[in-house]
Amino acid sequence: MRYFLVLFGITVLAVMGIAGRRLDDGGGTTRKPPIYVFPDMDRQLKLRPQEPNAFFPNGVSSQLPPPGTIARSEPLRVGDEAFYRYQDVPVFTGFVSGTTNFVEHNPIPVTAQVMQRGQERYAIHCAPCHGAVGDGNGITRKIGAMPVVGNLHEKRIVSMADGELFYVITHGRNLMGAYGPNIPPEDRWAIIWYVRALQRSRLGTLDDVPQELRASLNP
Amino acid sequence: MSAIFPKWTNRLPMMIIVGVLLVGTAVTAGVWYYFTPKYTRVGYQPIQPVPFSHATHAGQLGLDCRYCHTGVEKSWFSNIPAASTCMNCHNQVLKDDPRLTLVRESAASGKPIPWVQVHKVPDFVYFNHSVHVNRGISCVECHGPVDQMEEVYHAKPLSMAFCLECHRHPETKVRPLDKITDLNWRPESEAAQLEFGRRAREEWRVEALQNCSACHR
Ligand code: HEC
Ligand code: HEC
Ligand code: HEC
Ligand code: HEC
Ligand code: HEC
Ligand code: HEC
Repeated sequence: MRYFLVLFGITVLAVMGIAGRRLDDGGGTTRKPPIYVFPDMDRQLKLRPQEPNAFFPNGVSSQLPPPGTIARSEPLRVGDEAFYRYQDVPVFTGFVSGTTNFVEHNPIPVTAQVMQRGQERYAIHCAPCHGAVGDGNGITRKIGAMPVVGNLHEKRIVSMADGELFYVITHGRNLMGAYGPNIPPEDRWAIIWYVRALQRSRLGTLDDVPQELRASLNP
Repeated sequence: MSAIFPKWTNRLPMMIIVGVLLVGTAVTAGVWYYFTPKYTRVGYQPIQPVPFSHATHAGQLGLDCRYCHTGVEKSWFSNIPAASTCMNCHNQVLKDDPRLTLVRESAASGKPIPWVQVHKVPDFVYFNHSVHVNRGISCVECHGPVDQMEEVYHAKPLSMAFCLECHRHPETKVRPLDKITDLNWRPESEAAQLEFGRRAREEWRVEALQNCSACHR
């Protein structure tokens, strides 16, 4: 019995010593891949996004669409009109249809909702570099990591057509990267509305303030 | 006549019972503790091909999760960003740093960076990010404090029990939609959380989904 108890104790200690503790129990992290206790149907012969895959020559499961193809997908509704992604319309290109001239005005009408969406998306995608107020003092500039960042209150940018702003966001310009793949077109236009609001906030005069609110301003 | 059974064999049944009890208890405890996802997955922290740090980017720089994981509100899976998203900054920041060689190569050639996937539910489970994110469930509930991780590790078990625990009482976890990616947000108090949760459940029609076909379809 004594030998059994000693053996038992040693086994228990050995198992605990080798297996360790759970993370939430004070154990550490591990480089070892997860253990599948019952691996029955955990992994099936199907494609999962962004995984390596031997079937395609380039070895990835998430294939890019063949060059020159455009998704038909859901139309984008603006007011009563519906636009499809393959159409040459300002909402998707920023150009006046059939030309390469930038459209002057944002094709998506502004509403409180669009403005809010623009503010939120601006905070996610633009503020890290251009700063919360658009003066180019985002966090990357502040810590001195990024020397060149555009100031959106520059006169040249204020007087740009909305279509040109759309073009800059979609394809990037000089040192700024392209955000077309990351932000859908309707959000790009919402961001442009918000950028215009930011610019206006610096250029406004007392005349822009409604009569009844002027008294509340401290000069 | 010499004894066929020496005297100590009288104690044998007792010894066997004690032994079986001991071993049985130890095995049960061991399975209980070690054979669950809390042990088999939690803590998994693979070595990534690029030493990318969420603590630097999401924590210190304060980048929103959606700057990189752009698909998380729209699609069932949350995408890992393309190398061009990194190059938006790293064409100026750490331009020639050797740690970023793979990122620069990937951006130039279009060949993906071989990131190692950390979280992965079995293929027979249907999971959907957009449903959760648009119903006020934050990343932190299922991924832990990613914004403090130098390297991502598996922080929550993501087992069926874990999913169901929240599905039974979603009002304890839902939060305002603009705080989804603010991993450090805390409700003012438990009462405030419950009050908000109940209201949100009514307004957003959040159901407590427990039928098998919700997740196994
Ligand atoms: C990764 C940092 C970064 C982010 C994020 C970023 N930009 Fe820029 N942006 C720059 C830099 C750098 C420049 C200066 C480019 C130059 O002049 O070389 C710039 C310039 C610009 C310009 C001026 C282009 C010109 O003609 O000079 C506009 C307009 C602009 N950005 C808009 C935006 C908008 C809108 C967003 C959000 C969708 C955004 N940027 C996000 C870095 C960034
Ligand atoms: C908003 C701009 C921005 C984006 C986008 C960005 N980084 Fe960074 N990155 C930085 C800054 C700033 C630093 C810190 C530089 C320093 O330490 O001086 C940094 C540092 C790093 C480092 C060095 C290690 C460290 O933590 O200091 C690595 C590696 C890195 N980034 C990889 C990436 C990868 C991979 C991506 C794409 C998924 C990416 N970065 C996207 C701004 C960015
Ligand atoms: C600068 C871009 C960037 C930002 C911002 C960012 N991530 Fe990531 N994230 C990545 C990259 C690249 C990976 C893949 C490499 C890795 O696992 O570390 C990743 C991986 C992850 C993973 C692990 C995925 C897996 O394999 O299971 C999780 C979870 C995650 N991110 C959550 C978040 C959350 C939550 C936030 C917001 C707090 C966030 N990320 C912000 C770029 C980013
Ligand atoms: C309800 C739980 C839950 C929430 C909330 C959640 N995730 Fe996930 N996440 C998961 C699960 C489960 C997986 C594994 C999915 C799979 O098997 O592909 C995952 C996978 C991921 C991955 C890796 C995807 C891949 O294919 O490599 C990333 C990145 C990620 N999540 C980011 C986020 C971000 C960012 C948020 C917040 C905006 C978030 N998640 C919110 C449960 C969640
Ligand atoms: C922190 C809370 C929470 C956790 C953890 C959680 N869920 Fe959910 N889940 C929700 C909420 C809230 C909804 C929205 C219900 C609704 O739309 O009415 C939801 C909805 C879903 C749906 C959508 C069902 C449908 O018919 O649209 C699926 C599928 C799902 N969850 C799967 C999972 C899986 C799998 C896990 C575990 C990896 C998980 N959930 C973990 C809160 C959670
Ligand atoms: C909230 C989502 C959800 C619901 C609802 C749900 N499951 Fe699951 N189920 C899961 C997840 C996630 C796993 C994978 C667990 C793991 O990997 O550890 C799973 C795994 C399983 C497994 C396999 C266990 C194994 O380890 O092989 C079975 C069997 C199962 N579920 C049956 C059911 C039945 C029966 C119901 C209905 C009463 C149900 N599930 C409802 C999420 C769910």
